Amino acid sequence: MRNMLSTSDLSRSSAMGILDIAEDMADISTREVKKLPTLRGQTVANLFFEDSTRTRISFEAAAKRLSADVITFSTRGSSVSKGEGLKDTAQTLAEMGADAVVIRHGASGAPHILASSGWIDAAVINAGDGTHEHPTQALLDAFTIRRRLHGRASRGKALDGVSVLIVGDIVHSRVARSNVWLLTTLGANVCLVAPPSLVPVDLSRWPVTVEFDLDHAIAECAPDVIMMLRIQVERMDAAYFPSAREYSTSWGLNDERFARLPPDSIVMHPGPLNRGLEISSLAADSVRSAVREQVANGVSVRMAVLYGVLTGERKGDA
Amino acid sequence: MSLKQVLVRQATLPDGTRTDILIERGHIVEQGIVSSRSGATTIDADGLLALPGLVDLHTHLREPGSENSETVLTGTRAAAAGGFTAVFAMANTSPVADTAAVVEQVMALGERAGYATVRPIGSVSVDLAGERLSAIGAMASSRARVRVFSDDGHCVWDPLLMRRALEYVKTFNGVIAQHAQEPRLTVGAQMNEGALSSELGLTGWPSVAEAAIIERDVLLAQHVESRLHICHVSSADSVDIVRWAKKRGIAVTAEVTPHHLLLTEDLASDYDSRFKVNPPLRTRDDVEALRGALADGTIDIVATDHAPHPVEAKECEWAAAAFGMLGLESALSVVQTAVVANGFLSWSDVARVMSREPAKIGRLSGYEDPFVIGARANITLYDPTVERVFDASSLASKSTNSPYLGRQLLGRVMTTIHDGYLTVHDGELVSADEVARSASTVKEDERA
Repeated sequence: MRNMLSTSDLSRSSAMGILDIAEDMADISTREVKKLPTLRGQTVANLFFEDSTRTRISFEAAAKRLSADVITFSTRGSSVSKGEGLKDTAQTLAEMGADAVVIRHGASGAPHILASSGWIDAAVINAGDGTHEHPTQALLDAFTIRRRLHGRASRGKALDGVSVLIVGDIVHSRVARSNVWLLTTLGANVCLVAPPSLVPVDLSRWPVTVEFDLDHAIAECAPDVIMMLRIQVERMDAAYFPSAREYSTSWGLNDERFARLPPDSIVMHPGPLNRGLEISSLAADSVRSAVREQVANGVSVRMAVLYGVLTGERKGDA
Repeated sequence: MSLKQVLVRQATLPDGTRTDILIERGHIVEQGIVSSRSGATTIDADGLLALPGLVDLHTHLREPGSENSETVLTGTRAAAAGGFTAVFAMANTSPVADTAAVVEQVMALGERAGYATVRPIGSVSVDLAGERLSAIGAMASSRARVRVFSDDGHCVWDPLLMRRALEYVKTFNGVIAQHAQEPRLTVGAQMNEGALSSELGLTGWPSVAEAAIIERDVLLAQHVESRLHICHVSSADSVDIVRWAKKRGIAVTAEVTPHHLLLTEDLASDYDSRFKVNPPLRTRDDVEALRGALADGTIDIVATDHAPHPVEAKECEWAAAAFGMLGLESALSVVQTAVVANGFLSWSDVARVMSREPAKIGRLSGYEDPFVIGARANITLYDPTVERVFDASSLASKSTNSPYLGRQLLGRVMTTIHDGYLTVHDGELVSADEVARSASTVKEDERA
């Protein structure tokens, strides 16, 4: 594995491979000394053109647990503004000896450009690009589902037949895109639920079903997993939906809907949560909620991805 | 002093006839079998196709204001390299071509360089702001005699301003060239809206945003009985509306770019911003519809939308990259590859859609009947038999943002003759000094 840009080109076996390595990494996190010497002497550069403290510290923790050195470049403000040239910034970090670049960028495809332009030799890991993909989020979601379903016997297990609802702002969601490709590759049945104005215009090539009515979807699918996406209130101003209240009433996981979910279903959310908007506190804090595990598992999965792009195989690929 | 005679031997005209062509003082003076002339530049055109000099109704020369991307000199060198002898220079320069002073300056730069006739296009609105009409009358009566007006790069969105513009240019039989793009439907738009944009997470540019404006504007043109030209038609929906309008007798003409005849949206899959263009590359179905429309006359002409950009404007993430691609040097080869090789167009059709009709829409004289005695000698000699990899050596522009680099294309421009003198000879551009000298000689001859 040279880079981690997208889940759309991950085969079932390589996805399973990453999840199994993440299991090993998770075991380490339970030890007294939560650290491996695997990446000693290697440098991981976090290149964050967009604010995301959560994802950044998750990658930092992952790199440090593998004994890599971490350098971080963060820039605030507009995602695609002049003067913060992708090429110059990436090359600066490469000159400082980065072996892997973890990039978060507001423009879809920015990690792709970094990996294919020849500007740098470092491995590239996509930590979220525009409205395109967020592959490590999908990997941690798959990991979390697997652990919930199989516990300590998760190694080697896929997600065949698992029913997943992804609810919310699909059109702007990189989390949804990465999850659609990865979860279906692992055998899950994915149904997207959103108001039509928040569904991409043409989903003919996506291996999913689409529902506009959340209550109907819950009744029909009896979901094993319901993943609520963060809704951005700014979307309301762009007329995607009339009001936060109306959105919440129709597409939020409120207490009443939560009660109608199958008893062992898993509630997920990539965070940060808008409590009372797309998810109620009762749902978010219940035992069925995996929100906090998602955060913990994020570190294990990112360790597995860093390990994958920075060890042996990579040199053979180059 | 006057120009050297040029004798073209054994050229094949678009209709298939073979002839010699003798050119003197800027005009064709003899055809058929012409006896040798001492002192004439003789060009062996055996096996070459003689096309009328190509005319581009949609070129961005970037001067004044963006001379780092292109100048009138470098842009017209690119034109000559592509077999063009006349280009219409778009108004979105800095300052905008919204006054007589700017259009006269651009035209004078073209005359001095001499590689091609430069006819400036005036903007419709002051500073392309879409609010007040620019100095349309002053530009029309200036030495540049502007007949085409366009806010290209921006849509004339305000329907009332569009109506007034259409009405106003009737004074001198002008035409409004509309960049059809409904702005609200294309906020932040990055590529064709469809399955691929949904996957790539790039904001879509739906074809309805083009078709909706075309529909409005053909009805306005009908209502005020004026002439409308649609720039770079890109979709099957738009073709249907233009076809409907023509059937009703509305005075609308339409252009398609070479890239929309050949390339599809799939090229955006790798986020390679060389393929970012406005309107965007669309689907295979759209390409087929555009080819058919060009063949049946629904679309009148091919125009390049040659849009040079410096390296840094393209060497970045897709959303930050500039829209636009080079087109002049590759246009004829792309047209041969996209619509001649597969029988959509004959070479006579190519002469019509790349020379006679664009000249007619822009009210540029001298291109009505190119191969008769007394005609102005604007001729392109083209070798349609070769197949080559289009590479950087094929470019003459100051910029390099061609989407065709590394791609196999048919045909090659061998010689371009503008106003009776050579601008391209044996596949090489004639030097700037020599071309400028020839251009000034033509002017002296005309004064004499």
